[in-house]
Amino acid sequence: MLSDTYRKIAADGIWHNNIVFGQNLALCPLLAVTGTATNGLGMGLATLVVIIASNGLISLVRNLIPGEIRIPIFVLLIAALVTLVDILMNAWAHELYKVLGLFIALIVTNCALLGRAEAFASKQPVKEALWDGLMMGLGFLLVLVALGAAREISSTGTLFANASLLLGESFRFLEVTVIPDYKGFLLMALPPGGFIMVAFLIVGKRLIDQRLAQTQNQVHSQEPDLSLEATQ
Amino acid sequence: MSIFKALITLNLTTLKSQALIYLDWLKKWLEPANLAQLRPKLEFQTGVLAGFGLLASVLLGVTHCSTESAIQRRLSEDLQHSLAEVVPAVLHDNNMLNDTITIPSAEYRIAAEQTLVYLAKKDGQVTAVCFKFTAPDGYSGAINMIMGVARDGSLLGVRVLNHKETPGLGDKIEVAKSNWITRFVGYSLDNLSPAQWAVKKDGGEFDQFAGATITPRKSVQAIYRGLQLFKAHQSELIQP
Repeated sequence: MLSDTYRKIAADGIWHNNIVFGQNLALCPLLAVTGTATNGLGMGLATLVVIIASNGLISLVRNLIPGEIRIPIFVLLIAALVTLVDILMNAWAHELYKVLGLFIALIVTNCALLGRAEAFASKQPVKEALWDGLMMGLGFLLVLVALGAAREISSTGTLFANASLLLGESFRFLEVTVIPDYKGFLLMALPPGGFIMVAFLIVGKRLIDQRLAQTQNQVHSQEPDLSLEATQ
Repeated sequence: MSIFKALITLNLTTLKSQALIYLDWLKKWLEPANLAQLRPKLEFQTGVLAGFGLLASVLLGVTHCSTESAIQRRLSEDLQHSLAEVVPAVLHDNNMLNDTITIPSAEYRIAAEQTLVYLAKKDGQVTAVCFKFTAPDGYSGAINMIMGVARDGSLLGVRVLNHKETPGLGDKIEVAKSNWITRFVGYSLDNLSPAQWAVKKDGGEFDQFAGATITPRKSVQAIYRGLQLFKAHQSELIQP
C-alpha cells in the first residue's frame, strides 16, 4: 500500500488542494477549452504529461537553483518543455497533434505548473515530485472533464461529442445525446458560462467539505475515545 | 602489433583514470552542502541561469532540426489529403503538389496577396483547379479553407482546414461535425445569382446554424469571392 506521505499528496492533488478548487489557479486555460467534455479531456491529458515532466525535471535540479533566480529558471524550463512536447508531437504523433495541438501551446499560460514547481517540486525529492505532478494533473483533468461535461450538457445536450476524433474510433461509445431535441443554450458554451459553471462546482465542493466536517464533528462528540485515536 | 595493442590499453587506462577524477570532482561539486555554499554567489547564479538558457536552446535547436523534415512531410501529407478531398481522384493523373500556378488575389479579400493554385491534369489537360483561401472575418478569427473548382467553374468540393470558431456552434462548418460544407458541390457563379450566395437569413440558398449565423455567413461569402477569383483567371488557369 501507499505510505502516508504519498496518500496525503494524492488526497491534496485530487481533492483538498486541487488546482482549481483548492488553489483557484489555471482558470484561463480552464475556461477557454471546457466548452465540451472532449476538449476538457484533451487539455487535461496534455497538461498531465507536462506537469509530471516539469515537476520531475525541476526536482532533479532543485539543488542547483539559487532562490533569487528560481522563477526565471522555472519559466524557462516549463516553456522549453512545452515547446519540446509540441514539436515532438507534431512530428511523431501528427494525428493526435491535429486535435491536441491547440491545447499544448495553452499549457505555457498555466500558472499551476509554476505553482507546483515553486511550492512542491523545488523542495522535494524526485519521486515525490513526480507523484505530486501525477496527482495534481489528475485532479485538474477531473475538473476539466466535469466542467466540460456540465457545460456541454447544458449548452448542446450532448456528452463527449467527437470523442472518437480525439481518442480513436473505439471510443465512439462515449458519445451520447443526453437531452434529445435540446434547443441549445448558447451562454454555457461561451466563457461567461464557464465562469458560472465553475462557481457552481466550487460551491458544490465546499458544501461536500462542510458536510464531511459536520459528520466528523458528530462522530467526535458521540464517541470521544475514537476521535482521540483518529487524531493520533 | 603487440606494441600497438599495449599503447591502446595504456591510453584507455589513463583515459579511464582521468574520467574517474572528473566524475569524482563532479560528484563532490554536486553535493548539496557544496551547492548550498555556492548558491548565494553572484557568479554561480549567472552561470546557472546561462547554463539553463544554453541547455534549453540546445535542446530545442536539436529537436527542431531533427524533426523539421518529418514535420514538413506530415504537412505535405495533410495538404495532399485535403487536395484529394476536394478534387476527385478520377479527374487527374498528375501530382498536383508539383503542378502549380501563382495568381494575384489581393482584391478578393481572401487574406492573401498571391494565391497558389494546384492544377489537376488528365492527359496533359487541366480538368480542375484547387486552391486555399481564407475568410478573414469569421466570428473569432480567420477561417482557412480549400476549394476544388472544375473547368467550367462549378464547385467540386470545399473543406475547412482550420478555424477558431466556437466549439459546438460555429464548428459545424467542419465536415467531421456536419455535412453543411458538402452542400456547395455543383454550385457556381452561373447557376446561383449573387443574392443567392448567402445564408437563408440573408435571403440566400444556404443554411445557417442555430446559435451561429456569422460563421456560415462569412464562409459563404468567402467561397463566393473564391469563385470570383477563379472566374477572373479562368482562361489563364485552364489553358496550359
